[in-house]
Amino acid sequence: MVSIKRLQEAGADIIAVIGEIDASSSIELDLAIAKSVGEGFKKILVDCHALEYISSAGLGVFMSYIEELREKRIQMVLFGLKEKVANTFDILGLADLLHIRENKSEALKLANELSV
Amino acid sequence: MLKNKALTRLTFLGALIAWLVLLFSDVTILLSSMQGVQPDVPLWLPRVMLCAYIISLFYYYKFRIELDDSLNFTDLLWKVFASGLITTVVSLVFRLTLYLGSKALATNLVFIDFVYQINLALLINFLLAALASWKRLILYQKSKWLIRTWAVFEVSLFAILIYSSGGIVLSETVSNTFNILIAILVLALSANMRWVAYLNFKQKWTSLLLLLLTFFYLTYFFITIEDLTKSLDEGAMVYLNYHNQLVVIVLMSFIVTYGIFSFLVILFNLPTSSVFEQKLEEVVNYQRISQSIQTEQDEESVYNILLESTVSSVFADAAWLDITGANNVRKMYTYRVTEGESRSICEHLENHHVKGILDSGSEKTKNLSKHLASMKGSRFRSLLAFPIVVKEQNIGTLALLKELPDGFNKEMTRIVSTFANQAGISIENFRLMEEAFQNERYKEELKIAKTVQQSLLPSKLEQDDSFEVAAFSASADEVGGDYYDTSRINAHTVALIIADVSGKGTTAAFHMSQMKGIFHSLAQSHLDPKEFMQRANQALVYCLERGSFISASYFIIDTKEKKIAYARAGHCPVLYHKNGDPQAIYLKDKGAALGMIRSKDYCNFIEKNEIKYAAGDTMVLYTDGITEAKSSKGEEFGNERLADALNEKIGSSAKEIEDNIIKRLYDFSGSTSLNDDYTLMTVKFRG
Repeated sequence: MVSIKRLQEAGADIIAVIGEIDASSSIELDLAIAKSVGEGFKKILVDCHALEYISSAGLGVFMSYIEELREKRIQMVLFGLKEKVANTFDILGLADLLHIRENKSEALKLANELSV
Repeated sequence: MLKNKALTRLTFLGALIAWLVLLFSDVTILLSSMQGVQPDVPLWLPRVMLCAYIISLFYYYKFRIELDDSLNFTDLLWKVFASGLITTVVSLVFRLTLYLGSKALATNLVFIDFVYQINLALLINFLLAALASWKRLILYQKSKWLIRTWAVFEVSLFAILIYSSGGIVLSETVSNTFNILIAILVLALSANMRWVAYLNFKQKWTSLLLLLLTFFYLTYFFITIEDLTKSLDEGAMVYLNYHNQLVVIVLMSFIVTYGIFSFLVILFNLPTSSVFEQKLEEVVNYQRISQSIQTEQDEESVYNILLESTVSSVFADAAWLDITGANNVRKMYTYRVTEGESRSICEHLENHHVKGILDSGSEKTKNLSKHLASMKGSRFRSLLAFPIVVKEQNIGTLALLKELPDGFNKEMTRIVSTFANQAGISIENFRLMEEAFQNERYKEELKIAKTVQQSLLPSKLEQDDSFEVAAFSASADEVGGDYYDTSRINAHTVALIIADVSGKGTTAAFHMSQMKGIFHSLAQSHLDPKEFMQRANQALVYCLERGSFISASYFIIDTKEKKIAYARAGHCPVLYHKNGDPQAIYLKDKGAALGMIRSKDYCNFIEKNEIKYAAGDTMVLYTDGITEAKSSKGEEFGNERLADALNEKIGSSAKEIEDNIIKRLYDFSGSTSLNDDYTLMTVKFRG
């Protein structure tokens, strides 16, 4: 089960993911990102503090946006990943493809730098 | 049945003999008394014979009418009528002889007595036939109390019969009390008229006619017999006067009382019989709706039955049913009203801000007639609307129309709501069944996918003197996408692969088969692992949908040079134990999963690694199902436990190491049911 909350801060859309993302709940993550992109945000931060587990389907959601975000010049930064979740990203090689930071301020900073 | 027939015949014969004896003895007594001599037969004989006649005939009708189940109400009345007809005709014939015959014959007391006896016998016959029929009618809906009352009545009749035949004279008080008791019994029994309610209109008319004719016979008999008694009384001294046999009087009054009661009840029930028939039709219609599901009809037929039955139940002039079907398609079923007309009514109501019913937003039945009054150009003046609810969701509206103003009453509203509710239930059952079928089909599909997946895994693994390979794979109920395989490139080189397709179900099995094809075709080209991954990625970009990917590790074992070249594309890191080292380690390297990067850039995200191996080294390949297996406490099996399981059996063969890991894994997860796929491939080098 997953619960997703969105709030805006300093011109960035922050998507907070709470709980576990598996094959069925990955749809909600997909919807949230699609909404954010559709609303025209150029900086999207994903708060993973409360993300306990992510399955391959959940990773697939992030992956599926990589190219679209690049084309639309939207910067997406993930932050606050738990060690276990970070490890999953790492094994699959997604750590090199996505921007990942320790905390929100660093993430925001990176997003700002990249958008310039 | 045969026994019944024999008994019927026997009782009839008994009655006949009793009557013949009665006739001859009575005539003898009469003759003797006329000539003033002592008769040769005892004086009590006719009385006793009459008693025997009555009892035999009573049983005869008991077997004929009471025990014949095939008779319905009008049949019973018909039986009474028929026996009345026969007896009347016979009686008339004698009457005619009496009138047309010579004067001497008409004044001959013996002949008059003869005719009198015949008439009496016929009257008793008729009364007993009626009694048996009345009993059937009265006891149509039995209750304990009613059966007891009837039993008391029969016993009383018997008592009267015996005491009348015996010529016992009771005191006036006793006989009066007895008479009152009998009168009360007759009245109490006559109040049981439930059968009348089950007659339809036509049957009621028939019954009235039959009852009228029955009264006619009775009157005729009564007059005839009274006449004859009078003429006998004038001349004869001693004969059997029926006035002495009280049973005949009691029976006659009972038959007449019940007959009159029935006649009146039927007469007053005539105007309401159509209501009863209407109710019966409602029940039948209701059943049709409830049963429509069992007869494998579709939703559409449920709607049509609902429309038809409600219209006929409330005598509506027209109706429509506006339904949003299972696939969200709105459909209108109409009855004697065009779709345009019904839509214009809907629009009219909408314009007048009548909320909540025809827009499917209400849950209650509404009488909307008053809103219709303001609509010009419509022929309808009454409108009643009902919601159809399936799974607590309003799926449509049933609207009934009448051309009369105020055409619907509360009763009709109640009836149609019941229909609408039942239709809702039928449709719900229908959809549930459909869902169950769908699920069954899905399960069947999964089964096929699972078989396909199993068949994609190799039955035999490439190994030789330099190394041995053991592999294990178990999948959860759902079809997973774990894949492993080996392929010999040449005498001293073997390719190994382990892969995990993201997602589950049929698509995972499908992608797995693509991976197998790619592995077997590319492995033969003897590409170095990085090149292999690049080409595989390129190929898979056209196969995988957005968001799907495959993690894989590809190995080339060269037994001549004793080295392993490998590339890891997002798969779990290899667990490797070097012979002589105290601990096994995870090989750290980088690589993105196949299908993640859909451009030529992929080569920047994959690297080739090479290690030398020595005899006694062990390499364990696995999928994330193993490291992510959870215990009952929610803890994960993890990398450390996996490494420990290998360390425990470090010197053993590949198969033994594998068995130990699997054992540790199942012990840890505490159950044999899998929540993911477990795939394990163990390679042991011999040198």
